[in-house]
Formats: sequence, C-alpha cells, structure tokens
Amino acid sequence: MRLEPVAAPGLARTLGLPALALAGTFVVGALLVLAAGADPFATFGLIVQGAAGSKFAALETLNRATPLIFTGLAIAVAFRAKLWNIGAEAQLYAGALATVVLGTSALGLPPALMWPAMAGAAVIAGGLVLLGPVLLKVRLGVDEVVTTLLFNFIMLLFVSMLLEGPLKDPMGMGWPKSEALPRDYRLPRLVEGLRLHWGFALALIAAVVVWLIETRTTLGYEIRAVGQNARAARFAGIPVNRVLVKTALLSGGLAALAGFSEVSGLKGNLTQDLSPGFGYTGIIVAMLALLHPLGVVVSALFVAGIFVGADSMSRAAGVPSYIADILLATALLAMVLAILLTRFRVVRG
Amino acid sequence: MSGPDGAARDVVLRLDGITKRFGKLTANDRIDLALHRGEVMALLGENGAGKTTLMNILFGHYTADEGTVEVEGRPLPPGAPGAALKAGVGMVHQHFTLADNMTVLENILLGTEPLWTPRLGRRAARARVEALSRDFGLAVHPDARVATLSVGERQRVEILKALYRDARILILDEPTAVLTPQETAALFQTLRKMVARGLSVIFISHKLNEVMAISSRVAVLRHGRLVGEVATADTDRHRLAELMVGSEIVTPAPGTATPGAALLTLAAVRTAPRGDRPGLQGIDLSLRAGQITGLAGVSGNGQGALADLLSGLTAPTGGQMTLGIAAVTDWTPRAALAAGIGRIPEDRHDTGSIADFTLTENAVLEGYGSRPFSRRGVMDWTAARRHAADLIATYDVRCPGPDARIRLLSGGNMQKLILGRVLETGPMVILANQPVRGLDIGAVTYVQERLIAARDRGAAVLLISEDLDEVLTMADVIHVISEGRLSPPFPRGSKTPAELGAWMAGQGFDHAA
Amino acid sequence: MTEIVEILLSASFWAAVVRIASPLIFATLGELICERAGVLNLGIEGIMVAGAFAGWMAVYSGTGLWTGVAVAMGAGMLFGLLHATLTVPFGLSQHVVGLGITLLATSATYYAYRLALPEVTSPPRIEPFQPWEVPLLSDIPLIGPALFAQTPLTYLAFVLTAVVALVLTRTPLGLALRAAGENPAAVEAQGLSVTGLRMGAVMVGSGLMAVGGAFLTMSAFSSFFFEMVNGRGWICIALVVFGAWKPGKAVLGALLFAAFDALQVRLQQTPLGADIPYQLFLMTPYVLSILALVLMSRRAAVPAALMVPYNRGTR
Repeated sequence: MRLEPVAAPGLARTLGLPALALAGTFVVGALLVLAAGADPFATFGLIVQGAAGSKFAALETLNRATPLIFTGLAIAVAFRAKLWNIGAEAQLYAGALATVVLGTSALGLPPALMWPAMAGAAVIAGGLVLLGPVLLKVRLGVDEVVTTLLFNFIMLLFVSMLLEGPLKDPMGMGWPKSEALPRDYRLPRLVEGLRLHWGFALALIAAVVVWLIETRTTLGYEIRAVGQNARAARFAGIPVNRVLVKTALLSGGLAALAGFSEVSGLKGNLTQDLSPGFGYTGIIVAMLALLHPLGVVVSALFVAGIFVGADSMSRAAGVPSYIADILLATALLAMVLAILLTRFRVVRG
Repeated sequence: MSGPDGAARDVVLRLDGITKRFGKLTANDRIDLALHRGEVMALLGENGAGKTTLMNILFGHYTADEGTVEVEGRPLPPGAPGAALKAGVGMVHQHFTLADNMTVLENILLGTEPLWTPRLGRRAARARVEALSRDFGLAVHPDARVATLSVGERQRVEILKALYRDARILILDEPTAVLTPQETAALFQTLRKMVARGLSVIFISHKLNEVMAISSRVAVLRHGRLVGEVATADTDRHRLAELMVGSEIVTPAPGTATPGAALLTLAAVRTAPRGDRPGLQGIDLSLRAGQITGLAGVSGNGQGALADLLSGLTAPTGGQMTLGIAAVTDWTPRAALAAGIGRIPEDRHDTGSIADFTLTENAVLEGYGSRPFSRRGVMDWTAARRHAADLIATYDVRCPGPDARIRLLSGGNMQKLILGRVLETGPMVILANQPVRGLDIGAVTYVQERLIAARDRGAAVLLISEDLDEVLTMADVIHVISEGRLSPPFPRGSKTPAELGAWMAGQGFDHAA
Repeated sequence: MTEIVEILLSASFWAAVVRIASPLIFATLGELICERAGVLNLGIEGIMVAGAFAGWMAVYSGTGLWTGVAVAMGAGMLFGLLHATLTVPFGLSQHVVGLGITLLATSATYYAYRLALPEVTSPPRIEPFQPWEVPLLSDIPLIGPALFAQTPLTYLAFVLTAVVALVLTRTPLGLALRAAGENPAAVEAQGLSVTGLRMGAVMVGSGLMAVGGAFLTMSAFSSFFFEMVNGRGWICIALVVFGAWKPGKAVLGALLFAAFDALQVRLQQTPLGADIPYQLFLMTPYVLSILALVLMSRRAAVPAALMVPYNRGTR
C-alpha cells in the first residue's frame, strides 16, 4: 500500500473520518464494558450522567477541565513548534511549588497583588523547568522527549522531598503536605455559591491569548514556521533556537498555571497527589483539539467529562474507571489516523 | 541474427501500451518501447515528460493503469517491487539509493541473499566485487564507508550493485548530471564494455550531445507520450531538441555584461568541515555588480559550504568576508538579508518554502518581521496577502490564489514565487543555487531571463550549478570548485568544457593551494 | 568511603547488579532493534507494564513459567503490531503514537487487572523463577553469585544480547534491518520490503520489552503492582543512546546503571545515607539517564533514518 495526497479533501472526508474515529473509540469501549459483564448503553449513559447529569456533576467536570485546559494549551503550543514537551507534569508541580512557597511566606501583600505574583512566579518556575531540556536540545541535540519525561520523575521526588522536609506542614499530623494558603490568597469563586473558581476563567482567557499569539503575532508565525519546517525557517532568518526557547517558556508557563490554579483555586495546599496525571492527559487534550488553542477548551471539557463520568459510573456499575483512560488513548490513536486519512488516501501499488 | 526477425527475437525488454494516470494528469499515455540486446537506447525527454513514472512502473513502485511489461519474453507481475530486479533489470537512480553509514560491500550485498541465511558470505562477495570492478573499469574500495566516497565513486557502487545481481539490463537515470566531462567519458567506456558483453542499457537524459555520443537509438517522450523513436545515426541534435520540446529550444541570450565594483568579496575564507565533506579551504572570490559569476563543480565539493556561507547559515572560520567596503562580523541569515543578499536555495521544497504554509505565509517568510507585514510583533495579514497577490501577478505564478498551500504548486511555480520573494526586495547580491534544476523548459527560460535582467540592473549574481552547460551559457565569468578549493576566475569562452572538467576533477589547483 | 568499598566487596551487591540489569537488558535490546530499523518506540513503558501483567497473570491462572514468558511476549507483540501499523505503513508521528501506545497499554492493563481480580486489596503472589546455580562456577567469590546463580531469565538476557549483536552484524537479515534504519530507499531499491522489515522489527522489539516487564513479576518480584515499571522504559531509551545503538555497549550501560542503582539502595541503609533525604537516592536513576544522554549527545551514531517515515514512490 501507498499513501497518495488528496488535493482538495471534501467535507465528508474532513468531518466524516474524525467522526468515524470517535465512533470506533466507543465501539472499543463498548466491547470493554461487555468484557466487564455490564451493558454498554447503560454504562455510557451513566458516564454522561456522571459528567453532566446534574449541576454538581457539571461543575465537577468544569473543575476537572480547568487544569487540563492549561496543560492542553501548554502541549498544543509546544507541539506546534515540534517541541515535544512531555514534561507538563513536572512543570505543573513547579508552578504549584512556586504558588505555595510564595503564598505561605507571610509577605502581607493584599490578595489583588498576591494572585498575579503567585501566578507570575508559577509561570516563571514552569518555564525554567522546561528551559533545561530545551537548552540541552538546542545546544547539544539531546532529544527532549526522554529528558522531559525523566524530569517528571525527578520533579515528583523533589516535591516529595520538600513536603517531608522544609515545606512540611507542622500541623499536618505527619502527612506529607504543605501548609495551606491563607484564606485571602485562595482564588475566589466565580459565582457565589457555585463550586467553581476563577482558575476556570483564567484558563479560558489563556486559551484566547494563546490563540491570538498563534494567529496574529510574529512569534506565533515563527512558532508555526519552526514546527512545520525548521530548515526553511532557519534559512529565512527565523532564529530557530530563540523561538524554541520562547516556546518553552510559554509552554512551561502554561502548564505551571495548572499547578497555580489547582493549589490556589481548589486544594489550598500542595500534596504529592495534586495531579492525577494532568500533564500526560494534556497530550490527549491537545491532540484531540488538533493543537488548536480554542479547540483545547472543548476537548478538555470532553476529556474531563469522560474522567468525571467514568468515576461516578464505576461506583454505580462496577466497570473499572480505567475505561476512561483506555477510551482516551484509543481516541488519540484513532484521531491521528483519521486526520492523516483526511489528507492522504490509501492506494494499492 | 540481423534483419527485422532477428531483432525481434533479440528484444530483452518490452513495454506495451503503458498508461498511468494521476487524477486528471496522464503521466504515461500508451507507451510502447522495445530494448534490444547489446544496445544503448536513450530515453530523452524534459522534466515532467513521464520518464520517471515509466521507470517506477517498470520497477513495480507504481502499478500501471493499462499495459504490460515483459523481460526476455516473460511478463512482469505489476506492482511487485523486486520482480524487475529478479528478472535481471538494474537501475541507477539519479538520487543514489545508498546507505551512507555502511560500507560499499554491505550496500552491494543488501538484499542479495535470502534474509534467513545464517551468515553473510562476505569473503566470496568481496572477491566477486573486485573482479567486477576490474572487468568493467569501476574502481572503488569494497570496505570504504559510502559517506566518504565522491559522487563518481557512488555511481560506480550503484552500477556494481546491478552487476553483482547479474543484471542483463541496466537503466541509468540522468547519470551524467553530477559528473565531470572526464568522469562521463569513463562512464561511457564502462557502458561500451557492458554492451559489448551483450548487456543492454537504457540511458535517460535530457543532454543531447551525450545522447548523440553514447546511444544507438533514441526514444523521445513529451507530455507522457512517445513522440519519436529514431536511430541515433539518422538524426541530429536539433531534430532531437524539437522532438523533445515540440518547438525550437530558445536558450536565453545573456548578452554582454558591464561589470562594476565588487559587491561581495571573500579573501582566504575557510569554513568548518561538513560531516565527511571538507569545508571551504581558503577561497578568494569577488562578486561584481552587473555580472553573473558561475560556479561549476561536481556536487559535494564545497558548493553547499559556499551557499550556506553566503546565505548566512554558517560563518567563516578564517579569512575575510567583505560586503561593499564593510567587513562582515556577526553573520546570520538575517544579517545576510539585511545586507541585501537575495538567496534562492538549492532545495525549494525543503529550504525555500514551507509546504503546509499558504502562498501568503511563504511570501513573507523573509520579510515578516518588519513593516508593512508586521509592526511591534503583530502581523498584518492584509498587507501580506496583498504582497502575495502582487508576486503571483508579477511573476506569473499559476496557482489557485494566495490562500492555497504551496505544496499544491508545481516545481516551476513554486520557484517563481521564491524568485519573486527574493527579487522584489531589490537585492544587490543574488545567490542562485541550482535555480532551474528539475524545472520544465518554460520555467527554466523564465528563471534564467529574470536572473539576467537582475544582472542588467546592476546586481551581482552567483550562479551555482552542477550542470556545466548551464554555467557555460549563463555565466560571464566562471570559477570551478573542487574539494573546497576555488579556481581563479575564467572569463566567458576562455576555457573549453574539457579544460573546465580537468579543474573539476581537481587538476590545476596545486599552484593555487 | 569505607561504606562504599564494603558494599562493592559484597557478593550480594554484584548479584543485585545483574538482577537489576536483567529487565533493562531485555527492554533495551527491544528498543534497540526498533531503532536500528528506523522506528522510535515510545510505547516501551506501557508495553513493559502489559508484559509484567500478562506473564504474571498467565502463571497465576495456572500455566507454566515459560508459557507465561511467551504470553508476555505475545502481548508485547500485539501492541507492537498496533504501533508498527500506525507508524510504518501510515507513517504517523512516532512520538504521538508511542505515547498513545504507552497510555493505552498501561490503562488496558490496569483495567484487565481490575476485571481479573475485582475483590483483592493486595495482589496475589506466584511462584517465580528460581535461581539456577551453576555447579562450581557459582562458588567463585564475588563473580560466582553475580553471574552463575541467577534465574534462567537473566541467563537468557545475556544470550539474547549476543544473538542480537550477531544477527545485526553478521546476517543478511541484520544487514537489511540496519539499512532500513539508515536509508529505506536503498532497501526498497534492492527489492526488499521496508514495511515488512520495520514492522517485524517493531513487533519483535516490543515482544522483548514485554519480557523485560515480565522479568519484574516473574523473576525479581512475585506479584504485580501498579507503577512497578516506574520509568524503566524511558531509562532504556536513554540506554540505547548511551550504548550508541550497539547491543554490547547498551548492555554494559545497563550494568553500569544497575550498579549505581544497587549502590544507592545500599547507601540509603548506611549511617551516611540516613542524613540524606531518600528521594535524592531515588532520583539517581533518572538523573543518570539524563547525564548519559548529555554525555553521548555529540558522539552517538544515530541511525540516519530514525523517525523518518518511508512512503514508497514519493522520494
């Protein structure tokens, strides 16, 4: 077999194939549910209900989507430049650390100053964490996939070390967790009485800003050029390495905002299990959105819905909640294949 | 054995009614060809005439929509790569298919033994390769790493690959494009030895004098059709040219140059080595206003190093580079652009453009950072789009519009857009690296005329080409490059092709070094 | 310092080094085969998880140990087939597909575990591979316990290293595989199938990765735990680079790496180690891997066509 470019793909192709990919994903899911001895339709119904069936469920989904929008954006912007940042998990924790360190250090600043200060510190910390692997890449040609992956493990151990050492909450009854942020420094609720904090609004703003950067600024143009064809970009005078460093700071900063938002908006303190893999799930969020910043919002809601829905379904129907991860991994693979096939057709010989 | 009946028995390869369509384009239209034992048949046609498609069908990389291929009377199964090889057909591609990090012997042995054989029979193989080298005059060391070989040597490895597999038919795709005249003569010697032993050769080319020199028969392709099949003895260059293009070939007449001041000067400039290839070895070069300087040489002898240097991709490691009267210090592609150097890169697909970007985005690839295309970091896409539309109109770029992706364009139209992007800034120095390679005749003439016009308005043009004929036609003054060294300038007409070929092979540099 | 010397002179230390290295050797060889043929397989981490579970589960349900190894290998090859189908004929991004396979294999394994053992709180144990002590040789001080009193899987790892090295350098198959990783067009021009070679390499390589995972549950420990692979797959990718894509060197790298790992575990228990946060010790494998990548960055002979998809006819 051979792949032949499709010159002008029709609407049936560009929309039909991705739809087919999603349908295929749910067929796989249905088979897995059957393997667990449950009814697929009832199970999927429970997932939908658990994700959006009530005000509580919907808010839970929005809350879960918030960090995923940030990590999804982080990865979308990095992948746009073909910078394989698989270390959003580490950058998230760096952001959380910066938030906690600053937030608990009794500076006595008013909240209106403290929030931007904590967010700014988080962005810087996250950017710096990604800067290391990127400098190794541009200076020495070390593949960033492996280094950013390994950094995740190092960062988690580092956090654990701090939580059992200098950052340990003396009132924590021996649990490895940090002191909580003062009440005033927590992000307020978006609407009084609803369990949804300002982090979600910040995530939406971030998505719009990233979209504007990508489409309207020279930096965005440079990022896309470097990602599409670094040789041509370099030849045309685009400072490729500098663009990669800027991309790294942007990407790492966005992932770190997930940590900032989780600590200051939701949890109040830092623990070792702050993120159940938001950094990795961000890859799926970004890929399902085809790296489009506004699409990231939609796909983060979808992904969050599946996770929240699967959790609640699992309690009710006894199908393990890991089905959510399987569905998403399958969707990822099916989607990249579908996108390829919108542009190429398979021919024999 | 002579006479029409004998000839018919002696057909070793027969293509019968081969048709291949790609969408609306018919790349091969009912082509019938017969190759006889012990002959060199030339397959003549310009770029895009369908030669490559035909060969891809023969080798099973494509399946023909209609028609059959027979080798020595037996039909080849369509779309089965390897069937042609097994039937005794060998091919030397224009872009060599060698693994650089492996040895000559390993490249030759690849795929010749069943995969599950427990051992490679290296010793016997080496003896056979050495015998073949001797018999056919193909000197090359079996244990050399391919990366260290010259272009001529690599071609010999490709021919050895075919001979090692007992090929009875050898197809060479534009084999002389990368050789010196002397290497070409040696290749022809080898080919004559082969046909003398009963092998048959298809020689694909668009160079008429070589076709006249080596072939006994010529088949001409145009727009996917076989438009003529003649005995070489019964024709001449002009008639072949007319068959190939369909009309008289108009070669651009560069006229006389009126050279002015040196706009860019290199004095004893060196650059770092590139992988296994040497960098520039202390070269002196002066590009004058109103003059086309041609750079001739076998590929891989430092053309890339010089082009990268003038493009700003690499900085000199020694010597002095002067632009106008100012010595160059901080040297980047951006600095080169700012200094008024226009650059047409060798690879328009991979370096000159970004395939998935639109024409608009490609049109501002070099100028996006300043007005009118952006201010304070914010792009003005309206201005960019207007610019692209202007280029499309001025440079006759055939395309769906400024929002189309450039990957959809033909090579010629892509090159016209790049040419426009470069020339519209009014550069004083123009680096044109293989500007017409792979283009059809119409586009070739267009690009060459634009370069001549740029010279006539006072620009200094450096034309790098591996095609000696192109350099001889276009250049007012010629340098030869060999292993990173540069010959003195030779004014137009002062050296014969054979003399330049000697320089290309590295002779004459000793006193200069 | 005396503590370190003491550790280095203990036979149990060297035995541990070889034991820790064994799963890494399987998985590193697997990754190396994929990469020599031109495919980066980032599915390694997930495939190791799947292999660890599949082998252990098979034995737990009553098959023999070697059957368990075969089951693990089969599971790995299945994921390898998926990876290869997407990355070779379709030429999809090896980064994205590899990470997708890791996510898929990991979550599918956890799902299967929950389905198979819904009620348990701690995973059941199996009877793992026992050491084969080679008579006489295992009595040699230091070296004996390290090299001649290991489980059969460890011996297999070393035999495999030699086999892979020989196949790659001495056989037509190895030559074709290497060429597929250097210049697929050359392979195609000589009448061989790039698709077939690369897919075969990815499947066999993935099978070996899974056996590396199975070593953890069937030889090193006797149960399956979540997170038990814990980044070993990523470390193996670093080891392939460190070994300059050569089996022998990669295995030396794995041993060196295992030595540091065994050393840090033992140092933790010394008075010296008590003053240092244990997390710093646990970090060493990952830090060492990054260091290895940095050290080899300029020298490594990367297969020229690594991560370059090949589409026939569009050269």
